This record gives sequence, structure tokens and C-alpha cells, in this order.
Amino acid sequence: MTSNNQTKRACLIGQVYYANMGKFDYKNARTVNFFSMQAVSKLRYQNGDLKMQDTGPHGAYDIVVIGAGVIGCAVARRFSLEGARVLVLEKAPDILDGASKGNSAILHTGFDAPEGSLELSCVQAGYREYEEIRAALNLPLDRCGALVLAWNQDQEDRLPELMRQGLANGVDDLELLTRAETIALEPNLAPHLRAAFRVPRESLIDPWSAPHAYLLQALLNGADLRRNCGLTSALYDGACWRLETSQGAFKAKMAINAAGLYGDLVDEILMGKSTFRIRPRKGQFVVFDKTASALVRHILLPVPTEKTKGIVVCRTVYGNLLVGPTAEDQEVRDNADLVPETLAELKQKGVGILPALAKEDVTAVYAGLRPACAEKEYQIAGHSAQMVITIGAIRSTGLSSALGTAAHVFTIAQTMGFEKKPLDQPIVPVMPVLAEEGPRDWQQPGNRGIICHCERVTRRELEQALEGPLAANSIGGLKRRTRATMGRCQGFYCSGAVDACFREKREDTQ
Amino acid sequence: MTLLPAKIDVLIVGGGPAGLSAATTLSRMGVSGVHLLEREPSAGGIPRLCAHSPYGMREWGRVMFGPSYAFRLVAEAEAAGAIIHCNTTVTALSKGGGVTVATPNGVHTIQAKAVLLATGARETPRADRMVGGSKPGGVMNTGALQSLIAMHDQKPFRRPVIIGTELIAFSALLTCRLAGIAPVAIIEEASRTTAWRMLDLMPRFLGCPVWYDTTLAAIHGRSQVESVTVLDKAGHRQIDCDGVIFTGLFRPENALLRSSALSIDPRTGGPLIDQYGRLSDPIYFAAGNILRPVETAGWCWREGQQVAGSIVAALAGRLSDRARATPVITEGSAIKYFLPQVLSETSGPAAFDCFQMRLSQPYTGKVIVNGRKLHLKSRPERRILTRILPLPDSQNAPEIT
Repeated sequence: MTSNNQTKRACLIGQVYYANMGKFDYKNARTVNFFSMQAVSKLRYQNGDLKMQDTGPHGAYDIVVIGAGVIGCAVARRFSLEGARVLVLEKAPDILDGASKGNSAILHTGFDAPEGSLELSCVQAGYREYEEIRAALNLPLDRCGALVLAWNQDQEDRLPELMRQGLANGVDDLELLTRAETIALEPNLAPHLRAAFRVPRESLIDPWSAPHAYLLQALLNGADLRRNCGLTSALYDGACWRLETSQGAFKAKMAINAAGLYGDLVDEILMGKSTFRIRPRKGQFVVFDKTASALVRHILLPVPTEKTKGIVVCRTVYGNLLVGPTAEDQEVRDNADLVPETLAELKQKGVGILPALAKEDVTAVYAGLRPACAEKEYQIAGHSAQMVITIGAIRSTGLSSALGTAAHVFTIAQTMGFEKKPLDQPIVPVMPVLAEEGPRDWQQPGNRGIICHCERVTRRELEQALEGPLAANSIGGLKRRTRATMGRCQGFYCSGAVDACFREKREDTQ
Repeated sequence: MTLLPAKIDVLIVGGGPAGLSAATTLSRMGVSGVHLLEREPSAGGIPRLCAHSPYGMREWGRVMFGPSYAFRLVAEAEAAGAIIHCNTTVTALSKGGGVTVATPNGVHTIQAKAVLLATGARETPRADRMVGGSKPGGVMNTGALQSLIAMHDQKPFRRPVIIGTELIAFSALLTCRLAGIAPVAIIEEASRTTAWRMLDLMPRFLGCPVWYDTTLAAIHGRSQVESVTVLDKAGHRQIDCDGVIFTGLFRPENALLRSSALSIDPRTGGPLIDQYGRLSDPIYFAAGNILRPVETAGWCWREGQQVAGSIVAALAGRLSDRARATPVITEGSAIKYFLPQVLSETSGPAAFDCFQMRLSQPYTGKVIVNGRKLHLKSRPERRILTRILPLPDSQNAPEIT
């Protein structure tokens, strides 16, 4: 019976597509599902983190990545695949706890990025690599396309210039649309629309599963992860870093600063100074109920301003509709307060674009912080003297660019002397599907019952998220891996059961 | 667990007081093959979680605690012959009684001759109340609190504030005190208690102040609530606490309805029903708190019985044509909602012999319901009933008793 279930589950997690994907031989790649991950976990991990005795001062890591946001996860994956021995340090109880937890879940083409910028090349390289690897990792991609909407003469006048910029950025499939053509595509748009252009390749992705997949692949291919592990001081002796953390000292040959909102502070710890100063920029979002996602298919973008891409209205792969983000500068790095007046304005803005939103319920509100600084451009630099690479000020587009940024950082590391033999047969994790399109676990036999009714999260999904090398280490982490309690009732029915599941599993493993 | 057949007579969605009493009544009235689907691991609904009195007065003339009340509802339904399937979620309702069901063993489709929706209601979460501040742990609805305490023996906080003074706020307070949690205060926007004024005495006896004319402005804290900012006539002030319980502002659990073709009344948030409890697709019926926010368990129990009577009549082909129902006209801006929203031609005893109404504000004066003038003096969240009388132009409508 058990083995039967396992076979079925392996099928459920997904058909694995083997294609010739770049330099790695995915044809011969070993794929694993969550059952074999458990085996790995029992050997080396406790509660998802490396067992203490396993990481004594024996030998140094090749690379230490400081910060497990989406960028840190992608960097850890890249270097692991390139054959490096990687350690990832995260100061929060679980990964994706800073800037990466509040984004708009879009895979951007870079059509509106500054021409010739590093951001543009990272976004486009990231887009390409995501397309290449996502089937193997079982990650969703909803190619819904975006519409850049002009609501007044001023904005309408700027459309041709934006399209020229898109073309210059190599996005050559933009289509200018009249008002009638736009309304025909999206009949629920407010009637005072003037014109629009369409960006066919702007897409929706799963902002949680993607970075989890990146880091999980790193871990399965030999990387180590320490959570609840903040950097306190560091010393470079000319050959090796000695990093003092809240969990003791670690040695590594090269340090990569992917600390996001703390990027400048980590640079100061490592090198005594930072070339940039993070000034967090808050973005608040309003998430509407699943029924609202039927109102629109495209990602609806405004004509951007100097400071921000502006308020976006778009579906999520989880089947909701979100409106946001705002752009509000603040000093505090670890807290993003919701402001009722701003949320009401956002709601109103959403209604201004899609009038039918007025009748929809709000499912969730959230606020994220972007690691912005005075310069608009990404601050990525290698410091050969100290063997540090800083990835700073990824104030936006981090989800889109992560894989591209990681590849770029890898080329910097090569110029600094990094040399290893890439893995021949990297292990490829097959991620569970969270996207509404499915196939979801609740539709499959043996799921052990739905626990979170709004998002239809099963007991089996919850338990699997609490196992393996990247097991959830906090309730927040469990929610991000499964979406439990994130639906319309926000935990009214299931938070007790989800909490119990988390505690039971933790007690089991201890 | 009995296997779910692919074709059944009556399918009941939801195992709370309304669904269980309907299951009992239908089975006792001789309908065979009454199947009740409950998505939780056990039936009984919200009363399972309420470890306090009073329950059972209307049903059995005695005062009971929530869990034993829920237990008795389930026992009666099973004794009458109804079959209860737990851990079974309805995921889609299609035209003509085809229902998609998810079980731990996968997805099935069931065809029923009649479907009763009794999915109940839930409280409005923090997200839709537009409260400012951070999003720490320890912020929840009464439902989540009661499930943590009753089912999982957890104490999520020690000194929370309670938001709202509907009846359920007092349930939250009792739940807290029974679990050894000492709420700091009950916070109410209005100048008086929403529930009956007599209940004001209870927080006083339990040593928990009620602050009127006070709103919750923001929640503070990183991993757990550390304090809240409240706004009253004197301005903003910060209150130390470690949790926030958002009570009340119920809304029907209408997720299934919203993804179906069935008509919804925007005022109740529940389905549009006639006096037999029939929805726009007459295969479907509804009873209990899915109809409106919100009534007591006893009231829902009675509705379940009455709509069960309609279902028996429908199965026997005795009900009039639902498609020819006429909308009920009301006048009066103070009316928040009323039901039934449409009336079908009379064809036997109705499940709803009264219009149920609620007001959106305290109101004294005249309203018109279905062509009849009513003088009201009432407040929000008070049950207002007025008998459904035959339409003026209806010739042969019998007197409803």
C-alpha cells in the first residue's frame, strides 16, 4: 500500500521533462521527489538544518552566501551546480523572510528596464534560464502577457517612447492597441481607457516555489544551509574568510553578500565600508478573492514613473488578483507597516481600473520592503582583494533576474579566480504544484484530507513541506511552501490544524 | 467510512446545526439515502469548538455546552439513518445537482436529486478590516482561537484585546477565561454593545473592561503582537497586549456559491432563496447561516428542519415552479438585508413563514416589506421577523401557519 502511494505521488509531483538545457546534461540528470529527499534529510539534517556535528571546522567552504532571499537562493544553486562547496547563511528562522516575501510575482521581459543596464541583462538572462529549467523543476509559467495602459493624453503620448525603449531592449513583439482593441481583450477595463500596448511575454510565476526550488537544488547537490544564523563579524586572512555568526564560526574562500535589505551593513562587516546605502522602499499590496481573478487575464501595468513601475493589477498563479505596490521610502529595515488609508487608496485605484472589483472581497493585505538605494542600477561588484562579491540594491525585478544575476555573479567569481569542475549529473528536485491550474495534491488519491479549505492544502502537502533538506522552519515558512491559511478565511477554519501539524512534525523529528 | 454512491437522493453540504438537523428530519420523514458531507475530520460545526453554554434550549429544552450539543446533533442524525462523510469537501456545484467532491482518495462526482447547502458563516478576517501596522503572530478570529484551544489544546496568547461586541465577542471572552487567558479589554467602535445590553454585565464580572467609541488603529510586533494603537475621543494611545481577537462581522461561507451559477444576494452574501429555501437552480436548497450573517445555532437547527420539509415536498413533486418566483420589494434605507428574497407561488407549507430582516443602523420608523407597512424600533444585529402574507393579487393562497 505504501509503495503504491509513493509511486502515485511521484507521478503526481510531475512528469519530468528532460530536454537539452544548456550546459547541464538534464537528460542524465537525477531527479528526486520528496520521498527520496526524506532519506537525504534523515542522514544529514535535523529540522531541515545541517546537524551541528556535521559542520565542524573541517575544511573551508568555497563559497558562503549571506542571505537566503530569492537572489541568495539562485546564487547558491548556480555555484553548487558549478561544483563549489556552498554554505548559505540566513539570519531569519526561514528563508525568503525579507525583501523576497513581498513582490508582485511577475516574470518580467525587461521591456521597461533602463537601456544597456546590468538590470536589463540580468532580467533577460533570468527570464531565459527560468524558461529552460522550469519544466524540470516543475515550476509554473502563465504566459498571460501584460498591457501597459494609458488613461490620459499625457500617458498616451508616452506609449510610443516606451515601445521604442522595449524594442531597444530586444523585446520586439510589442503591439500597440487602440482603445477598442484593448477593451476587446479585457472587457472589464474601465471605459475611460485611452490606448495601450501589449507585452506578450510578460508572465506570472510562483514567487514561493521558484526560490525554494533554487535553494533545494543547491542543497541536494551538496550545499549547506544555516537558518537563525546572523553574521556578527568577519575576518579575512588573505586566503580564507572566518565568519562569526550566532551559531559559531564558519570558514569560506569567498563571500557573496546577498543580504538584501542589510546589504550595506553586511558589506561593512566584511569590508569595513559600503559603496551604497540601503533605504528601504515599502510596497503595500491588496489581494482580492479568487473570484476577482476572472475579471482580467493580462497583467495591467501603468505608464511607469521615474521612481517606480507604478500600481500593477494582476492575477497570481494561486488564482487571486492583486493590486499594488506602493512606493514609500522609510528607514526601518525589518518592518513594513500597513497603512489603512493607503490600502483603501489601493483598493480604490484597483476599482478605477477594473470597476467590477468594487464588489469583490479582499482576501489579504501585505507590505514588503525593497532594498532600494540612491542609484537605480543594481550594485553588483567583485572585490578581489578580499574575495567578496556584493549583490546590492536589487530594489525591484529580483524575482525575474535572480537566475540571471546568479550567472552574472558566477562570471565575476571566475574573473576573481574561482575554478571548479561543474557537476556532471546535478540532482533536479521536482517541486509540488501550488498553482491553481494544478494538478494539485487534493485532486489525487492518498492526500490524507484537505486541511486548509480555502487554498485546498492537504495534510500530505503540509507534512511534506516539513520534511527534507529545506523543511519549513517556521509557521511563516510553512505557509510560503504550501499557501495554508493564506486564502479567503485567513485561517478562521484551519490555523489550529496547521499549527498542530507544524508542532507534531517538529516534535517527531526532534 | 461508507463509500459515497455516485447517485443519491439528498446531498447535504455542511455538518453544522442546520445540516445535521436537516439530515435527521429528512431521514425521519422516510427519505432513504441522505448523505451529509463534512470537510472537517468531525461533524458538529462551530458548536464543537465552543466549550461554553448555552446551547440546546430550543432543541431539547435544556442547557448544554457546545461540544456535547454537537455530539448529540451528530448522534441523532446517525440514529435516524443519515450517512455522514467527514474529510469530504465539495469543490464545485454544477447545474442540475451534479456535485464535485474531493476526498482523501481523490475527486468524485455525485448526482443528487436535491442538494442542501448548509456551509455556515465565518468572521471577517483582519485583512478585510483594513487595520494598520505589522502582521505578527497572535492575530486571529474567534473561530481560529476556539479551534486552537478546543481541538489542539494551545494557548496562542495570554493578554489579548477583543475587537467587537457582537454576541460572539462574549463567546470569545468566555473561551479565553475558561482557558486561563485574561483579555486586556474589549474594544467597540460604537457607543454601546452591539449584542444585548444585559451582556455588558458579563465582562464586568470577568474583570475585563469594555471600551466604547474606540477603534483599533494599528497592530505592532514582530513575531508576536507586542501592542496595539487604539483611537478614542482622547486621541491615540498604545496598549500593551500579546494578541488580537477579531470577532464578528460574519459573512456566509459562500465560496462554493461564488464559483457556481447560483444567484447570490449581495446584501446577505448568501444565496437568493424563495420561501421554500430553494435557490435559483431549484435542485439546490439552503439553510442556516449560509443564508445570512448570522443567527444562533438553535435558529439554524430549526431552519434545517423546516427546509428539510421543503425538500421532501420537492422530491414528491409538490412544489410550485421556482422559475416563476417574484422578487420581494422592500422600502426603507435602514434595511440591511431581508430573506426570503423571492416568493414562489404557494404550494404547501413554507419553510420560511416569516421574512427575516436586519437593520444597518438603529432605526425607529416605517419600512415597507412586500407591500405591507411596518413600524419598527430596533437596532443592528437584532432579529426582526414579519409574517409572510399572501400577495395581494394571489387568489387562492392558503393561510400560512
